[in-house]
Amino acid sequence: MTQVLKDLGDYIAAALPNDVLSAEVNRVGELTVNVRAASVARVLTFLRDDSGCLFKQLVDVCGVDYPEREERFDVVYHLLSLKHNQRVRVKAQTDEETPVPSVVGVFSSAGWFERETWDMYGIIFADHPDLRRILTDYGFEGHPLRKDFPLTGYVEIRYDEEQKRCVYEPVKLVQDFRSFDFLSPWEGQGPLPGDEKAEGSR
Amino acid sequence: MAEAEIKSYNINFGPQHPAAHGVLRLILEMSGEIVDRADPHIGLLHRGTEKLIEHKIYQQSIPYFDRLDYVGTMNQEHAFVLAVENLLGVDIPLRAKYIRTLYCEIGRVLNHILNVCSFVFDVGGMTPMLWGFEEREKLMEFYERACGARLHANYFRIGGVAMDLPPGLLEDIDAWCDQFPKVIDDIETLVTENRIFKQRTVDIGTVSAEQALDWGFTGPNLRASGIAWDLRKSQPYEVYDRMDFDIPVGKAGDCYDRYLIRIIEMRESVKIMKQCIREMPAGLVRVDDRKVSPPPRAEMKRSMEALIHHFKLFTEGVRVPAGETYTAVEAPKGEFAVYIVADGTNKPYRCKIRPPGYVHLQALDMMSKGHMMADVVANIGSIDIVFGEIDR
Repeated sequence: MTQVLKDLGDYIAAALPNDVLSAEVNRVGELTVNVRAASVARVLTFLRDDSGCLFKQLVDVCGVDYPEREERFDVVYHLLSLKHNQRVRVKAQTDEETPVPSVVGVFSSAGWFERETWDMYGIIFADHPDLRRILTDYGFEGHPLRKDFPLTGYVEIRYDEEQKRCVYEPVKLVQDFRSFDFLSPWEGQGPLPGDEKAEGSR
Repeated sequence: MAEAEIKSYNINFGPQHPAAHGVLRLILEMSGEIVDRADPHIGLLHRGTEKLIEHKIYQQSIPYFDRLDYVGTMNQEHAFVLAVENLLGVDIPLRAKYIRTLYCEIGRVLNHILNVCSFVFDVGGMTPMLWGFEEREKLMEFYERACGARLHANYFRIGGVAMDLPPGLLEDIDAWCDQFPKVIDDIETLVTENRIFKQRTVDIGTVSAEQALDWGFTGPNLRASGIAWDLRKSQPYEVYDRMDFDIPVGKAGDCYDRYLIRIIEMRESVKIMKQCIREMPAGLVRVDDRKVSPPPRAEMKRSMEALIHHFKLFTEGVRVPAGETYTAVEAPKGEFAVYIVADGTNKPYRCKIRPPGYVHLQALDMMSKGHMMADVVANIGSIDIVFGEIDR
């Protein structure tokens, strides 16, 4: 299976040399095709229509945030080929300003997925017919799945008895949000102070 | 009489409406009784599950999956634990695989009973609801006896299941499997050939095979449109490749076909459950790897090492090597998948949940255009949506 996917990746890379940056099969046996953000629509159309691919279903679109990177977002598309019983992951990189071409024209199912990605990460999709927020509240500000958005959010909502309506207020926590670092301090660093004695006596 | 110009107007359907199957706000643009456009407003139940999972160690995320689609809970836990096991490279004991398969099928029956009965309820038949929920109650008792909870099971673990089944449970499930087809028969005599039901569902919300693919349909909704595709057959996980069962495929892709598919799937699920019970081997229910699953309580009383392992697992958790995976299961509603990006620490860097209902609800506009107002209700009922998973 891995070899088949590897061949498929090479085939896609050879067919679209200007759009595909790389194609590799990862250690769990899934094919990832890295593409230029501007050519997403072209690559997905090729994957859908080419007889060697026939990825007729776009099953998922999502974003991943890497704030330390120059182009901080990954836009990840998952496609499924019922004919060949294969999956492929297409990845493109973008930043906060650069729009990614929308693939609604290629797969209708992309509509809400792209709206969600816009809502959660603020990734802009060019030529999307209806790029509104989808999961967050009406009038919500910010993009909650970005790594620099706090888990607790900024505002909380409650019903105000006097004003007879729901009001937004800054989040007040009775206890500070605690984030524990459970990673073991014993691994991944140099020798601990005092260890050299044990080494010397051996 | 001159024909009156009918002005189009908007109707707010929901967010509190019994036929909306949850908190769905639907803006319907109508011209007369005909729907021009259906614009679902979702997110009223958004809880930020994906963000929360990024801040939790892997084991602590499992209960969140119960709360997505809260009628077929274990199927979703299954996708998550399979994804993590995939990244860890863990192979779980055979008995655990059988238990998981058995409980996933129970989940499928639970889900389909709820959907079929509430769908029939939406289009006017009340009795199946009363009969079906009695069976659901019995199934939830089986959930309870295995894990202590009726709905939010939290039973699957990375590397197996939380605990072994109590003695006598398999016999009781087997006895239930014998009597349940009778209940489906009863429901079918009321509904399947019912004139009113057929008037409300046949040729309503028809989705062709091309449309179903284009709109990303999966599960029973895809099969109703005539495409034979089931992850349990095509990409088998756990012990589905050993099971003998059939996949029903529809022809018309309308609401009636979607109902029929679910009825037949329940019968097939019962077949799988019986096979699981018959073939269930003895043995461990969790992988014997102390870096993944905790040691037995008795061992901890005697072994220092076991105690340390236990402590490390419940504070630091499992460290998943860096990598990414998209792991899908055939949940009752369709393809439920989890896309995990692991960065080598004990928390997922990114965990995207791919809910089937989200995709199906998106197509509601396409399905309802040109239909009557009342058909929207039939469409919503037939695509089987639950807002826990759509809003996440």
